[in-house]
Amino acid sequence: MDSGQLFNLTTIAYFAAMVLFFAYIATKNKTVALIATLASLAGFLIQTTALGLRWYESYQILGADGRAPLTNLYESVVFFAWSILLIYLLMDWKYKQRTIGAFVLPIALFSMLWAQMSLHSSIDPLIPALQSNWLTYHVITCFLGYAGFAVAFGVSVMYLLKIGKEEKHQGDKPMGGILGMFPPTKILDDMNYKAIMIGFPLLTLGIITGAAWAYYAWGTYWSWDPKETWSLIVWFLYAAFLHARFTRGWVGRRAAWLSVFGFAATLFCYLGVNLVLSGLHSYGSG
Amino acid sequence: MAETKKALTDRIWDFFCSLKLAIIVVLLLALTSIIGTIILQNGSPADYVREYGQANYELFKKLQFTDMYHSTWFIGILALFGLNLTCCSIEKFPRVWKFVKEPILVAGSGIFKGSANRAEFSCKDSKQQVAEKLSTLLEKEFAKTTLTEKDGKFYIFAQKGIYSRFGAYLTHLSILIIMAGAVIGNIWGYKAFVNIVEGSSIDTVRTFNNNESINLDFTVRCDDFDVSYYPGGNRPKDYNSDLVILENGQEIIHKRIEVNDPLTYKGIKFYQSSYGPAGNAFFKVRVTENATGEVAELKAHQGKHVQLAGGYSFSVTNFAEDDRNFGPAIQLHVNSPDGKHGAPFVVWQNHPQLDSKRAGIFTFVLLGHDQPFYTGLQVAKDPGVNVVWAGCFLIVFGSLTAFFFSHKRIWICLQDDGKNTTVLLAGNAHRNQPGFSLAFDDLQQKIEATAKNQSPKKEG
Ligand code: HEM
Repeated sequence: MDSGQLFNLTTIAYFAAMVLFFAYIATKNKTVALIATLASLAGFLIQTTALGLRWYESYQILGADGRAPLTNLYESVVFFAWSILLIYLLMDWKYKQRTIGAFVLPIALFSMLWAQMSLHSSIDPLIPALQSNWLTYHVITCFLGYAGFAVAFGVSVMYLLKIGKEEKHQGDKPMGGILGMFPPTKILDDMNYKAIMIGFPLLTLGIITGAAWAYYAWGTYWSWDPKETWSLIVWFLYAAFLHARFTRGWVGRRAAWLSVFGFAATLFCYLGVNLVLSGLHSYGSG
Repeated sequence: MAETKKALTDRIWDFFCSLKLAIIVVLLLALTSIIGTIILQNGSPADYVREYGQANYELFKKLQFTDMYHSTWFIGILALFGLNLTCCSIEKFPRVWKFVKEPILVAGSGIFKGSANRAEFSCKDSKQQVAEKLSTLLEKEFAKTTLTEKDGKFYIFAQKGIYSRFGAYLTHLSILIIMAGAVIGNIWGYKAFVNIVEGSSIDTVRTFNNNESINLDFTVRCDDFDVSYYPGGNRPKDYNSDLVILENGQEIIHKRIEVNDPLTYKGIKFYQSSYGPAGNAFFKVRVTENATGEVAELKAHQGKHVQLAGGYSFSVTNFAEDDRNFGPAIQLHVNSPDGKHGAPFVVWQNHPQLDSKRAGIFTFVLLGHDQPFYTGLQVAKDPGVNVVWAGCFLIVFGSLTAFFFSHKRIWICLQDDGKNTTVLLAGNAHRNQPGFSLAFDDLQQKIEATAKNQSPKKEG
């Protein structure tokens, strides 16, 4: 069994989990929700094993030049999916709001599908600039940060779908239908904030480790290249989100929209800069 | 007159302290930063004209878009950001300091009626007994307590995590420290480059910004440069240079630098950044004069004539790494003493016997060829970088403190009417209210059970 096959299994598990989460919302059957959660957990564990195996395989292919599987676009997209699941499972453990899975797993599933169907998955040796431990720290912290924002995005979409209906809804009776299955908007709002609160310090660390790496490789910790600049833009956006929330009481709808914007900027920082703008970063060549 | 003047300075102060301004400035920085990621930065005028046309280029120059992160207006927004942050911190700090210096030991009815977490019950024990029991309980379950007596009532106060109030300040301070580090680096540091040909030395470098020459007060020599490739391709795996620092002719440091591993001397760092061929390749040839049997080993650069015995000369005109699968080869011709070109012929390195079959005046053997390299170094001096790292360390620390810890307080008021003791209980956390509510409910049950001498389990 090689890591590629394990990644296929991971994708299947995420797909199954997503379908089961949809089924849970439709059927309101708690057992289905539990199985869906277990499927996500199984997928996550398989993916963890696969990442470890790919790391090991890199030593078999490249000898002493083996490295952590975090160096090209394929590996980063796969790691993005893994990070999303990690943050999602932590949030699920804390909040036990099973319907969230229906809005978060599609992001992870889509990443896996994209990586496996159209990205170049071979294990290639690294150019000298990428041979640095700082690269590993940089990628891990950035992607865990991105994952926090991805979960916040999923939760915000749920919030925005639900809030309009909830405001029109009359009386004390709980809301019925699919939206009735969503967590209360107050909890969604809180989860949005919590996920961003996890993502923000991680992104901060990601920017710092990136700066340290640049310093050791090129002698400048900051050179305003498009990737760096966009990570700062994302950081500014979420800093504005936090301040608006803490001190100006921007909760609810406005916070949810800021989170959606923030995630769009995050995706642009991650992918758009390489696919749309040109830059110095390695993923461009993947 | 004096009054309106004061109001004006107040208004200016308020403007710089305002959080609205902070959010606007932060969003403005985010928005304007996009420009520099779309428009080419620090290109040559020709690049801009080709890419965007003359008129746009003029416009960009006027708006300083061609080097926007160093433009007056962008630096201006950054300065406004720093000023805003400084004023805001100065303005808000006394309030936080007050929490430390003057904790609310005696809670007013506002706290007991207005807190999100509160309870009220009565019990049989005297207020002295209850105070003692509850203090012990709180010290065990929560934090150190302070007991105050006022107007015949007992007040218990306990708090935890007051330092988290400073998290936001530490975060803001670190941003200012990072900005200060960047300013120091920009004023007293420089970024430069230098190319050193293998075997030679330099003692000046050139800055990137204005191509200004900077004298180092020492000499750097490159003894050797190497590049290695991954098998089966021309992907470079590593390149490195043997550098020597010399001062007054003395060798001070020897270091083999590579990408990601620079050499530092006197606060100046030398980074391996590029390499390239230095001058033409040369060929080592052994020439035998057939008439005399005299042998000479010579170095020949491509295209240059090299003297031979008797007024003859030769010139290498072409080189191939692999000529028709016979391996490395040169093409050359011999000139007669009167300057006439002879017919060109080929000599293969791997077949040293072949040229004798040509039966010319001289017989050539190709011994090898060599390509001298220069090593491209980035040279950086940044006296602010440690300040930046200190700020980075603090910002992580500060934001974790600000986000994940909160200042939690518990107040209790005990009042007796001779028969019963009334217990008022309130709690507050400055962040993460839902989390605190759960902890408060748990604590409240224990407090009630202790005051009523019940075991908390039975409460159900
Ligand atoms: C982009 C950079 C900034 C970052 C990363 C940042 C970070 C933070 C953090 C982590 C908090 C803590 C929130 C809390 O404790 O509730 C906070 C609060 C705050 N920030 Fe900032 N901040 C930034 C810029 C600014 C600026 C420019 C101002 C200038 C006015 C400002 C003013 C405040 C204020 C007044 C608070 C509330 C403090 C309190 O209630 O204790 N921040 N900020």
